[in-house]
Amino acid sequence: MRLHISTKDGIPIYQQIVTQIKHMVASGRLAPGTIMPPIRTLAEQLIINPNTVARAYKELESAGIFTSRQGSGTRVAEKGSPLEYSERLQVMDQLLEGLLVEANQLDFSVEDIIELIRQKNNSFGISERGNNKND
Amino acid sequence: MTDSDFGFNEQPIEVKGLTRKFRKKTALDNVDLSVSRGRVLGLVGENGAGKTTLIKHIMGLLRAQLGSVRIFGINPVKDPVGVLCRIGYLSEDRDIPHWMRVDELMNYTRAFYPDWDVSYAGELLKIFRLDPSAKVKQLSRGQQARAALLTALAYRPHLLLLDEPSSGLDPVVRRDILGAIIRTVADEGRTVLFSSHLLEEVERVADDVAMIHEGKIVMCDSLENIKESHHSITLRFPEIHSEKPDFPGAISVEGKDQEWTILCNGNLDELSAKAKAIGCEIYQDIPPTLEDIFVAYVGVDRSALREVE
Repeated sequence: MRLHISTKDGIPIYQQIVTQIKHMVASGRLAPGTIMPPIRTLAEQLIINPNTVARAYKELESAGIFTSRQGSGTRVAEKGSPLEYSERLQVMDQLLEGLLVEANQLDFSVEDIIELIRQKNNSFGISERGNNKND
Repeated sequence: MTDSDFGFNEQPIEVKGLTRKFRKKTALDNVDLSVSRGRVLGLVGENGAGKTTLIKHIMGLLRAQLGSVRIFGINPVKDPVGVLCRIGYLSEDRDIPHWMRVDELMNYTRAFYPDWDVSYAGELLKIFRLDPSAKVKQLSRGQQARAALLTALAYRPHLLLLDEPSSGLDPVVRRDILGAIIRTVADEGRTVLFSSHLLEEVERVADDVAMIHEGKIVMCDSLENIKESHHSITLRFPEIHSEKPDFPGAISVEGKDQEWTILCNGNLDELSAKAKAIGCEIYQDIPPTLEDIFVAYVGVDRSALREVE
């Protein structure tokens, strides 16, 4: 796992870790069940404060991307999100709003966006999801 | 030494109302600074801002003219031994005896510190790739810095003080020094204060940041709060606005015509309301870097914050 930390664009370092790991999990580069390095090891490797790594791990855990059990360390969660449907919908809603605003500015139609999403998803190499989501 | 020892549960650094004048020049002006156990504090300021003078007071090398300094609850001027045996110190010029060999330097330093950890010292020797039989004066600048750092770390001090530890060093040595800071705090309960003019370093390793300018602490908070509360917003006016807009609470204002960039703190809703009140809108909100924030507070030339790689 290679993370890239930058202090040039003002984004908090913990946020950079969260975003990059979410991306790695979504794109399949971090497989479910992968054991994550201990906080201290990752802090020394990236030359960042251990509390920053701890904060990123905590966020990833509460987002359901990591699971941690006493004694067995932190792992990438098996599948799915433990969040309620309404919470998940809220997160998606915000992302979609941003996407639609940008798309409108750049003159992409809704059909164009759907096609682009499908292409992107195929390049991630993950199969169509969406079952068991309407609880 | 065990944790129950005297002073260990006290605040590592507690400075109150410290003022220091050298002749007519005020080097420190009513400085308050508190560092809690287990934290890394980055002390940021330009050359001559007062960083070294403050560190010298913490070491007990200078007596407080006004105000007080307590290190683990102890006055370092009254009880230098009690304080210094808990502090690992690396000065900016890393002054270690040049005529000694590295192993002699280690034995010499060890004599002063009952807590010197022989196996840890050996481990550091390996990590830093130092040759024990080499003469200090024949070492490169970077290797001298590593040797000095080894002697500051090998007795596992409760408080590590580093004065501009990476100034004038190449990125590889800087990485070793930052790595040592991280290992020190990862080691339960150790506290670090390091001064630096390299804001990038501070942003990576500090928990808390104190900004010092002309002897005054202009801001001191956790890095997390600093980053979350500051915004770099760009305002757009409907027409050309030739004078600097009077944005309440602005720390710095730059721009011209219809677009002005303001560095300020507060939440975005408040800031939007303020923008409306002066007849413009926020059209961009970018998280500022620590360097942006520092420059806004003290108005310095950014080139002074760069180190040639």
